[in-house]
Amino acid sequence: MSQVTEYSEKVIDHFSNPRNVGEIENPSGVGTVGNAKCGDIMRMYLDIDDNKVIKDAKFKTFGCGAAVATSSMATELVIGKTVDEALLVTNKAVMEALDGLPPVKIHCSLLAEEAIHSALWDYSQKSGTKIDGLKQPVTDIEETEEFYKMQEE
Amino acid sequence: MHRPPLKKGDKMDLIYMDNAATTKVAPEVYEVMKEYFEEEYANASGAYSFAGKTSARVEEARRLVADFLGAKSNEIFFTSGGSESDNWAIKGIADALKSKGNHIITTKIEHHAVLHTCEYLESRGFEVTYLDVDEYGLVDPKAFEAAIRPETILASIMFANNEIGTIEPIKELGKIAHEHGVIFHTDAVQAYGHVKIDVNEMNIDLLSASGHKINGPKGVGILYIKKGIRINNLIHGGSQERGKRAGTTNTAGIMGFCVATKLAKERMDERNAREEELRDYLVKSVLERIPYTIYNGHPTSRLSNNANFCFRFIEGESLLIMLDQKNVCGSSGSACTSGSLDTSHVLLAIGLKHEIAHGSLRLTVSAENTKEEVDYVVDALETIVGRLRNMSPLYEDFLRKEGK
Repeated sequence: MSQVTEYSEKVIDHFSNPRNVGEIENPSGVGTVGNAKCGDIMRMYLDIDDNKVIKDAKFKTFGCGAAVATSSMATELVIGKTVDEALLVTNKAVMEALDGLPPVKIHCSLLAEEAIHSALWDYSQKSGTKIDGLKQPVTDIEETEEFYKMQEE
Repeated sequence: MHRPPLKKGDKMDLIYMDNAATTKVAPEVYEVMKEYFEEEYANASGAYSFAGKTSARVEEARRLVADFLGAKSNEIFFTSGGSESDNWAIKGIADALKSKGNHIITTKIEHHAVLHTCEYLESRGFEVTYLDVDEYGLVDPKAFEAAIRPETILASIMFANNEIGTIEPIKELGKIAHEHGVIFHTDAVQAYGHVKIDVNEMNIDLLSASGHKINGPKGVGILYIKKGIRINNLIHGGSQERGKRAGTTNTAGIMGFCVATKLAKERMDERNAREEELRDYLVKSVLERIPYTIYNGHPTSRLSNNANFCFRFIEGESLLIMLDQKNVCGSSGSACTSGSLDTSHVLLAIGLKHEIAHGSLRLTVSAENTKEEVDYVVDALETIVGRLRNMSPLYEDFLRKEGK
């Protein structure tokens, strides 16, 4: 099975030319999540203004092509959104925006969703802003319910 | 195949450095196979002279392969390749000797064709000991001897490892097995044609080899079975392969395997020297130019074409895709490159941590590669590793810790 040929053009594009790679100095929020099984680690930085709008997002990822592409897409999807809107960016939305992922790589999209949540949580803690529906983030995506649903499917 | 020196930005043909995965069929091999597809297509079991000619050539091929291993021709059985040979050797011996004992010894670094066969036998009531290896991938003969029990019937230890290239002390291990009355099988898929093998001198009872690793065709291999060894038949049917492995004789495949063996024998020293020169140049360049790199495997007891690295803080699949975009073929033991998301069991067995093993790259050269290609690959690697590290949160943390 060739990994390269199983990726959509969009995945290859976001992997080859990842958007928003890097760090934000003094970020409003930063979060890191990983997955012990595959070993991938994703870190997301958010710059959020007083109106709770995400002005900028940056990421760093240690992982496969799908992990890099989902990180890149996740930053694109949250920039310009309010924190409440950003909370609604699900792993499915990231995946759809990339025209899908090979089945074995679907868990990577969960990493992206959780990295957003983790950075939002850090922001909400630091700024004392309450975000409705935001739960304390996990450090490993295997702690999420979605991961288990995925394994069963 | 010598290419002119490359200038920056030159478009490059495919650079193939995954020769442990498979090799290109040699023109001489292709020529003889073509003959057996188009002209000498008879079923070797036929009664007419058209078939007799073919079966005589197959027996000649068997003799040539036997000679190459220091064996007799009635000890060579043609199969469909390495995995079939490994399966047959292990299941065939286990089944034939189950009244004598139920214990098998192997290692933690075997190919899946051996490991998964052993796991299958465990589910059928056999007990299997998986020997540890040291940091270079070597099996300790003392540990092997200590693992032998009265009920041990078989030991299966690979000749050379497919990922890190380490060559095991087969002669010594075989001697220990024989001193304890244990049958000794070796998976020599990576070693056959690359390392001189004499089955009697090296105390080998069964040996698996494959055609496509030595510029032969895919779908053909051998199992050497020493005369007198009790083993169950693999495929029941006609009388081909002395009734042990039925099925119409794969004449084109066998003739291809034979010519590939002949070429490997004639060119072994010259080819190994050429591969070693390229490999050593590759390793030296990579270690000089790319920091935080680990060179895996044994420094000397090693296949001539194998180089295996771990680049810290990065992940192997990303590296492979970027190499692919630069027309370079390599492989990785990263969890992300395996369909099952399992990190290479070989890299874990030599003591690497998961996150280090994640950044592994195996490059296996051929004598057809050039120094210019090596330079191109190292240039590409330097750029790619740098790019991926800049993207890596682990590298960011490392630099922060180092105060850089």
